Amino acid sequence: MITIAFYFFAVLTTLLFLVTVMSKNVLYAMTSLAAGMVLISGLFFILGADFLGVVQLIVYVGAVMALYSFAMMFFDVNKDVKEKNGSAATVFLLGGAIALMLVVVFSAPVIGQGAASLYPEPAGANNPQAVGLILFTKYLVPFEVAAVMLLVAMIAGIILAGKKMDLSLSTTEEEILEATQGGDK
Amino acid sequence: MIGLGHYLILSSILFSIGLVGVLRRKNLLMLFFATEIMLNAANIAFAAISNHYHDMAGQMFAFFVIAVAASEVAVGLGLLVILYKKYGTLDLDAYTVMRG
Repeated sequence: MITIAFYFFAVLTTLLFLVTVMSKNVLYAMTSLAAGMVLISGLFFILGADFLGVVQLIVYVGAVMALYSFAMMFFDVNKDVKEKNGSAATVFLLGGAIALMLVVVFSAPVIGQGAASLYPEPAGANNPQAVGLILFTKYLVPFEVAAVMLLVAMIAGIILAGKKMDLSLSTTEEEILEATQGGDK
Repeated sequence: MIGLGHYLILSSILFSIGLVGVLRRKNLLMLFFATEIMLNAANIAFAAISNHYHDMAGQMFAFFVIAVAASEVAVGLGLLVILYKKYGTLDLDAYTVMRG
C-alpha cells in the first residue's frame, strides 16, 4: 500500500515539477507548482511527519502560492514568457553533472558509517507532540531567530511593495504629498 | 518495500529538476519557482532521513527551511514588483546595465 502511494506521489510530483520548469506560461507553472507541493505533503504523511505535512499544506500551498498569485496581479500572465535560451543541451548537461556531483558528495558520509540519533523521538508521543517537545526545548533559540527573521521579512515586504511606503507610513494622499515635498526641500 | 534510498533518489531527481530550471530560466518569476522546487526537494530528504533514524532533527530543519522560504518569497516578491515597475519586464537580460 505504501509502495503504491509512494510511487503515485513521486511520479506525479516529478511530472508536475517538470511542467513548472518547462512551461512557457506563468499560470501553468504556478498551478503545477502548487499541485506538486500538495503531493509532497502526501509524501510527508507517508513518512510519519504529520505536522510537517500540515505545515507544508498551510504555509507553502496556502501562503506562498497565494502570495505568488497576488504578485501575479502586477504582471501580464496571458502573454507567454519569451526567453532567449542558449543551447538546451549545455544546460541539461550542466544540470545533470552538478546534480550527480551533489548526490555523490552528500551520499559519501551515509555510505561511510551509520549515523547516531542526536534527538531521538520521545517515547509515547505522537508526531505533533514530539515536534513541540523538541522544538521548544532543543531548538528554542533557532525558533526565536526564525520568528525575528519572519518579522524582518514582513516589514521588508511591506516597505518594498507598498506605494510610497518608504517616504511615509500613512496611506492618505495629502500626507504622502507632504512627505514627498518635505523630502524635496 | 520503500526504503531511505527511494526517497533520497526522488529528492535528488526533484533537486536536479529545480537546478535545470534555475539554469535555463530567464524570467525572474520562473526562477523563483525553480528555487522553490529545490527547497522542497531538500525538505523531502530531511523528512526521509528523520524517519529513517527516528530522529526529530531532520523535521526541525525542514521547518526552518520552510520559514526561510516564506521570508524569501516575501522579500523577493517585493523586489520583483519594484523591478517590474522600473523596467516593465521580468526578463533578466533586460536588467543588464553593465556593457563591456
